[in-house]
Amino acid sequence: MKIMLSHGGGGEEMNSLINETIFKIFDNEILSQSNDSAILNLNSKCAFSTDSFVVTPIFFNGGDIGKIAACGTINDLAMVGAKAKYLSCSLIIEEGLEIDELKQILTSLAEICKNDGVKVVCGDTKVVPRGKCDKIFINTSGIGEIICDNVELKSLRPKAKVLLSGDIGRHGGVILASREEFELSSALKSDCKSLNSVVLELVKNGIKPLCMRDATRGGLSAVLNEWSKFSNLDILVFEEKIKVSDEVTGICELFGFEPYELANEGTFVLAVSEEDAPLALKILKEFDQNASEIGEILDSKNSRVIIENAYKSRRFLEPPKGELLPRIC
Amino acid sequence: MDLINDFRDKELILTLSSLIKKESKKPLNIMEICGGHTHSIMKFALPDLVGKNINFIHGPGCPVCVMPRSRIDEACKLAALEGVVFCTLADMLRVPGSYTSLQKLRAQGHDIRALYTPLDALKIAKQNPDKNVIFFAIGFETTTPMSANLVEKTIEQGIKNLYFHINHVTVPAPVRAIMQDENVNIDAFLGPSHVSVITGSEIYKELSEEFARPIAISGFEPLDIMASVLNLVRQQNLGTHEVYNEYERVVSKNGNLKAKELIAKYFIPCDFEWRGLGVIKDSGMRLRDEYAHLDARRKFDCNVESKGESKACICGKILRGQAKPFECKVFAKACTPQNPIGSCMVSSEGACAAYFKYAKRIS
Repeated sequence: MKIMLSHGGGGEEMNSLINETIFKIFDNEILSQSNDSAILNLNSKCAFSTDSFVVTPIFFNGGDIGKIAACGTINDLAMVGAKAKYLSCSLIIEEGLEIDELKQILTSLAEICKNDGVKVVCGDTKVVPRGKCDKIFINTSGIGEIICDNVELKSLRPKAKVLLSGDIGRHGGVILASREEFELSSALKSDCKSLNSVVLELVKNGIKPLCMRDATRGGLSAVLNEWSKFSNLDILVFEEKIKVSDEVTGICELFGFEPYELANEGTFVLAVSEEDAPLALKILKEFDQNASEIGEILDSKNSRVIIENAYKSRRFLEPPKGELLPRIC
Repeated sequence: MDLINDFRDKELILTLSSLIKKESKKPLNIMEICGGHTHSIMKFALPDLVGKNINFIHGPGCPVCVMPRSRIDEACKLAALEGVVFCTLADMLRVPGSYTSLQKLRAQGHDIRALYTPLDALKIAKQNPDKNVIFFAIGFETTTPMSANLVEKTIEQGIKNLYFHINHVTVPAPVRAIMQDENVNIDAFLGPSHVSVITGSEIYKELSEEFARPIAISGFEPLDIMASVLNLVRQQNLGTHEVYNEYERVVSKNGNLKAKELIAKYFIPCDFEWRGLGVIKDSGMRLRDEYAHLDARRKFDCNVESKGESKACICGKILRGQAKPFECKVFAKACTPQNPIGSCMVSSEGACAAYFKYAKRIS
């Protein structure tokens, strides 16, 4: 069965979609109250974040738009030291989407939430005519309790070590390879995952992150440049320490991209003090063997990101710009 | 063989680095003809590894950079026509014309598409039978066979709504033009790699003899470039001017004969105006007369008053190897990849874009 415009009309079909599909998948005691707003208990310092997800294709190796919609907001909260508690989920669905696909997407979203102890407590559903959106757009907003204070850009300081939680460029590589115009076959899997548990583990072990950022659109390069620009400090990273899978390297070579600019959906950059770095790295490696200490923040104030290659020569790592376009020859 | 990692091998590259530094006794100005080499040289920070005597000079081998503004203006005029789907390759969209750019026209609602392969134009033509599809073909010998293939398929499949604006150019012509300029000071060349896969290594023999300069046809990987530089240093020391084929794994003496036949079947040399170099005789390609009915320049009115190149930027000097991007007053100031004034700032293979991306603050 397909989504019809009547599923967004506010009548019986819409009620049935919400009650029989959406509520069943996100089932919890707050949502089932069906009030105009969710009523929540919040007694501590909170973080609040929102994000919209418009990925094409909506299903890809390693995940789907539902999984990204959950992980994206949970991770945004985790990156400021917050444990996600409640999520909203708003759907803009294109007429003609298979209801089975919708169920699959919402189930992915719900599974991530269940694993992390997060509840979807409110949301909205709109159906738009064919051609007015790309199958489905999802917006999630999330509220999380702060479990570690002062994880912010302003905490960045000289001599801090920069750690990376895994290899880079997987999500961007998968999306590129799966676009129909390229017809590439690849075993590459997106890194899409929740970072909730790894952050909890860091905090539980006494690590005090100075700053964290998931390297989503714009990739590692965008994160490091944002950090250097905000702090005015130079950041030095070592190319040999930044892990890139062979598949991602291959895709980059084919299209002339840099892995540092490709999106990730479950990999983050972490700045910690020199003292915290060894234990933080050990914990990161328990979650992903490709985690690595990639460099450090320097005390020179030029707002530059410098990358040193295996041959000890250096260049700047510029932030990504414009559309990602393949090279001509 | 691992075609990426083996050619980035740390030990081998460091060994080549020390050999180049040891053997290089006097300044050597090497022009990398191909923009892909400029990109690699900056990306892998090779100037640090070759020592102070080696001076890399960016050449005219980026298809976007060498496109004169008049041709961009023609493209914009065609792309803005009613009922036209205008197709080209990636970076061309961002090059500024006299009045607008393809990217700006696209934002205004005109149907302008960046293709990943020229053959996609066939699909678009079939899907839009009520529209005229125009393929703006660009590039050196590397991409010319793909355009020729597209022409062939258009004819074979009886497609009636696909037209071609051909802007293909050849490599030896601008090199000769640059060397005939007495103000240039180039001692050796890194020969283009992908172009040479089609042309073969033999076409450089005449150039190396005519100007008594060594040429090393080089791959794009750092090991390729370092090995080629070492060869050029050794040729300088020996006083020879041979054509050295470092990229033997894909470049043969005579090139890709099938591709060359395909080019000759549909295209014929013509004079072409190069950005910064002016009109060079027989340096471009056009459709043969028997395929004139496919030529967008004949089918549509392309006449447009072009303002000529921007006076602020020195792309021309850069393309002739007489200036580095840093020497341009607008570099990284008014002219950036997001808002390019000159075409060298557009493509990742352009000298200014490569310098901006990897080294804009080294000066």
